[in-house]
Amino acid sequence: MDVNPVAMHMSDGIVNAPASLLFGVIAIGAVAVAAVRARSELDERTVPLAGLVAAFVFAAQMVNFPILPGVSGHLLGGALAAILVGPYTGVLCLTIVLVVQALLFADGGVTALGTNITNMAVLGVAAGYAVAVALRPMPAARRPAGLAVLAFLAGFAGTLAAATGFVIEYAMGGAGSGSLGAVAGYLYGTHALIGVGEGVITAATVAAVARARPDLVYLLRGARLREVAA
Amino acid sequence: MSNRTFLVVFAAATLLIAGVVSYGASSSPDGLDSATLRGCEVVETDAGEELLGDCIARHATEHRLAGSPLADYAVAGRDGTGGLAGVVGVLVTVGVAGAVFLVIARGRRDRSAASAG
Repeated sequence: MDVNPVAMHMSDGIVNAPASLLFGVIAIGAVAVAAVRARSELDERTVPLAGLVAAFVFAAQMVNFPILPGVSGHLLGGALAAILVGPYTGVLCLTIVLVVQALLFADGGVTALGTNITNMAVLGVAAGYAVAVALRPMPAARRPAGLAVLAFLAGFAGTLAAATGFVIEYAMGGAGSGSLGAVAGYLYGTHALIGVGEGVITAATVAAVARARPDLVYLLRGARLREVAA
Repeated sequence: MSNRTFLVVFAAATLLIAGVVSYGASSSPDGLDSATLRGCEVVETDAGEELLGDCIARHATEHRLAGSPLADYAVAGRDGTGGLAGVVGVLVTVGVAGAVFLVIARGRRDRSAASAG
């Protein structure tokens, strides 16, 4: 048994106060930018899906899957949200999930919200969306199988980016005597496996939405608009 | 698929994941938690579980809202209520997110009027 079987995010005390404060400021800045830029992604037609994507990420994060004996992982959801509803709205989706988890479910420290938001809502979304946009021009990305591979790779990249955020925060102000190299090595090893799970869930979800309503997938919307403009 | 059918299916899948599928979740610590537990041994004591040894998690402080009614994805700390807590979380999340996104979407529509006034 572990001490807290349902905690999924960083607790308070793992990263010291100055580093927590710094990442709190970074998170507030990033969320403010996202709130302004999300205007270009949201209209009254896409609001219901955006709200449901946030709830879907909350639900999926509850379902830990085993990756090694005694170690699990769960969806982070940054790439998933960015592909479906846009990167800025995706940042807001993940932020709302993390705030609800911290304040209502005592999961993820309140002081650690800045670090958790930076890792999962900012870095995870940014890296996942960057990979998705980089792969989008490939002809195969317009076929269902190609879109699924794109979503898989975006989810995998988002997971490693979030783990990188923790490594940076731990390097700056981490508690404990473990060497940074050992912590980073273990974290990247486990998150490479978690990233595979993240990729599979991201691919399955994006493929299902794209099959039902391709017009609602933000990533495809952007691609079509560019084709029309070109 | 009509917009309404699509949204109903998406919402139903979300509720099913939080309310039912979540019971099948692995109870092992996730990658981040297990990284913070490395070097420690968890032992059962009269006061509950305790960490022995040297690990990052020993520096973690108890959540300041640990006594809240839905703490640790259970209703009032009762066993077997994870699905209900998950459904509440889904409803709160969709409510908060929907309200925030509606305000942003309307702000875009009213932007010209607001800047004029």
